[in-house]
Amino acid sequence: MDFISELKKVLRQNIREYGMYIALLVIIIIFAITTKGLFVSPQNIGNLVNQAGYIAVLAVGMTLVIVIRHIDLSVGFLAGFLGAVAATALISWHLPVFAVIPMVLIFGVLAGLFTAFLVAQMKIPSFVATLAGWLGYRGALLLATHSSGTINITDATFNAIGIGFIPDIPNIGILPEVHKLTLIIGALAIVAFIISAINDRRKKQSYNFEVLSPAMFILQLVFVSAIVAAISWVLAGYKGLSWTAVIVLVVTMVYHFITTQTVLGRHIYAVGGNPEAAELSGINVKRLTYIVFGSMGMLTALSGILYAARLKAATTTAGNLFELDAIAATYVGGVSAAGGVGKVVGSIVGAIVMMSLTNGMNLMGIDISYQYIVRAAVLAAAVIFDVATRNSSK
Amino acid sequence: MNNPILEMKNITKEFPGVKALNNVSFQIAQGEIHCLVGENGAGKSTLMKVLSGVYPHGSYSGEILFGGEPQKIGGIRDSEKVGIAIIYQELALIPELTVYENIFLGHEIRNGFLMNWNETIKRAGEMLKKVRLDVNPEAKVKDLGVGKQQLVEIAKALSRDVKLLILDEPTSALNEDDSDNLLRLLDELREHGVTSVLISHKLKEVIAIADRVTVLRDGQTICTLDAHNGEVNEAALIKHMVGRDIENIYPKRDHVVSDEVVMEVKNWSAYDPRLGRKILRDVNFNLKKGEIIGFAGLMGSGRTELALSIFGNPDGYRVDGELWLHQKRCHFHHPQDAIRAGMAYVTEDRKADGLILIQDVKQNITLANLRGISTNGIVNNNAEVKVANEYKTSLNIKTPTVEQRVGNLSGGNQQKVSLGKWLFVGPSILILDEPTRGIDVGAKFEIYTIMNRLVKEGMSIIMISSELPEVLGMSDRVYVVSSGRITGELPIAEASQEKIMQMATTH
Repeated sequence: MDFISELKKVLRQNIREYGMYIALLVIIIIFAITTKGLFVSPQNIGNLVNQAGYIAVLAVGMTLVIVIRHIDLSVGFLAGFLGAVAATALISWHLPVFAVIPMVLIFGVLAGLFTAFLVAQMKIPSFVATLAGWLGYRGALLLATHSSGTINITDATFNAIGIGFIPDIPNIGILPEVHKLTLIIGALAIVAFIISAINDRRKKQSYNFEVLSPAMFILQLVFVSAIVAAISWVLAGYKGLSWTAVIVLVVTMVYHFITTQTVLGRHIYAVGGNPEAAELSGINVKRLTYIVFGSMGMLTALSGILYAARLKAATTTAGNLFELDAIAATYVGGVSAAGGVGKVVGSIVGAIVMMSLTNGMNLMGIDISYQYIVRAAVLAAAVIFDVATRNSSK
Repeated sequence: MNNPILEMKNITKEFPGVKALNNVSFQIAQGEIHCLVGENGAGKSTLMKVLSGVYPHGSYSGEILFGGEPQKIGGIRDSEKVGIAIIYQELALIPELTVYENIFLGHEIRNGFLMNWNETIKRAGEMLKKVRLDVNPEAKVKDLGVGKQQLVEIAKALSRDVKLLILDEPTSALNEDDSDNLLRLLDELREHGVTSVLISHKLKEVIAIADRVTVLRDGQTICTLDAHNGEVNEAALIKHMVGRDIENIYPKRDHVVSDEVVMEVKNWSAYDPRLGRKILRDVNFNLKKGEIIGFAGLMGSGRTELALSIFGNPDGYRVDGELWLHQKRCHFHHPQDAIRAGMAYVTEDRKADGLILIQDVKQNITLANLRGISTNGIVNNNAEVKVANEYKTSLNIKTPTVEQRVGNLSGGNQQKVSLGKWLFVGPSILILDEPTRGIDVGAKFEIYTIMNRLVKEGMSIIMISSELPEVLGMSDRVYVVSSGRITGELPIAEASQEKIMQMATTH
């Protein structure tokens, strides 16, 4: 098979996956032009990542929830409430930040398990159970911020999670204007990617499976490496990687690994694809529901921490509409509302797409009313594209 | 015969790969009770769906005359308009609505745009009197028993001025009293000039009530017997129902069954809290190493429920009794327990609860035994492809690659994927529920060959099947199930279609 026809075949087979990246690229190019480069400036890209962070981690958890045919509407105000709990623990109870963060994450897990109890044990539809949670956590948030309205967080370590950047290595004369540690991390990431790709290819060959032709394989490596290099370079041009970006990257990698490489991940998609068949195949659907909602709770707590740290405060409206932004991000990212289909990385891209729209249109000075309408159109278009390609492809 | 109310002439209905009805002709006389009998899959339901317009005019060939007029029935509305009403096994009532709302659903009594509830309730009361049902028309349907719901359905049909009433297995879910009651009602309606068609498996009630009986077999009309000429009796009916020659599609078997009992079920009963009744009573059976036992019986006799109640009871029946595997008493709380104990269950409905249609062949094959291709919870994707390819070869699954979505495969290949999935578990006891339903003869033969190979290797198989030739062709021993009970056990040498059918229709 010659190079061009193989390229065509690869593109055709993965059109759905690539569609999203292409859409993101198109959005970036459009905004780069309309904002005269402001949109792709290092400062704005760094800012964009931090803005998308607290929705992105929610979208990761929501992906699994939607894949197993449930929904969680309570995550917005739960994030807000847990942010307020973190603030109170730091300010009023004077707990150290390294105790507060695990504690809040555990609270998040417990809240998620409680939702799972309602859904899996009491058989309440998740829409209703989490709608109740939405109301309840909203009340809890108001209670927590009752006395002062806003709890200002003065702990610098905590706030660094939302607004800080990773430190740089000392200046040694070369590249004085850029963040060298970010570049080093980018370079390490590229090396790790290439090594794992080569390993994977070797293993496949040892099983005598078909692999991409060497030319195509190298093209793939070069393409991905170039993207990683470009992103590192842009981020290094401002202050480097933010802590938020690091957290989102770690969460994405862990969840990507779990969903694509582990038995647990397989079970999640099996339950989403056909719960009856999964149960009869020996999968404990109830237990899995607990795991998925527990993870959602933990990521909700993380989202609450990111948001509170970013504002350096817990406010009465923290978390408002986060849940719907996260759900929109998953759908834009190719998660099927019918369950069983959807990727963690897709949802992250979805979150970045939605945040890019907001950010770019803000830079252009577009009125908020039009912003909503444009985002509505993108959400609908993404799902239409998804449905259309799903029906036609294999 | 006096003038026929309905004539169906040369009806042929084909589905992809199957001729469900082959040149069927069928006549019903004005004012009679006509029974339609035949094995599962003989074409009874298809014939009634043609008549009622579920399969509209044009999707079949042949002619329908109703009241002497040719009809082109394009949908259920058309058949209702001419006065045909069908009452299905699964009732079509809306449980949350009241009796009177249900009776007039779709032809509401109105004053302009508004409902005339008072008139509705009054008329509903009259209809209920006609069917001798003494309930408050304002009661909700879900609060009535199945027998009473059935009568509400009939009342609904009568309220539409029905000329031909068709009942599809009306008594299958009813107890004895309710059944008798229903049959008496049909008798009365006959006196008031309502013609009825009764589809039933219960030969005793057919004999008791029918004026004439038509037997269908393999999509063809075999004969119509007249009760008034004394032609209707059990032996005659069974003979016509099963009287086909067993085709030689069963591969030769040369395995020897050992005496070692691998599974024994004692005094097994189950209660379904959702139906609110006992679905299994006092079931006893055993299975030997290298043996195929066939569970014969009619649809709804409780065979699938028996398999599920043993296989970890996922539907939450209240189960009572003893299960012994390899001389050890077992208590399974989840299908997982059953799988770990060496059991596997290939479901009856591969699309509903057997396969994950949106996933590919390899993912389906490894689903029940992901441990087999993983270390420390991490799946080895390459090993998975290898395993899947092995089953693709050994079971001859026709698919371009194991990355093909299962939903795109044909029924026979889906069934093989389902089988492959459970073989990868490495079971010692394999339950096959309707292993060849809806697949073509070639694929059937392949599945039978695989079954023979498995028992030769020492596996034991429980085969649930509604196809008598299959039961006789494949089993070493046959258990007959009827109404949640085992009504007979036959060594294969003594089993015959007639005997099985007789036991299967004993209630």
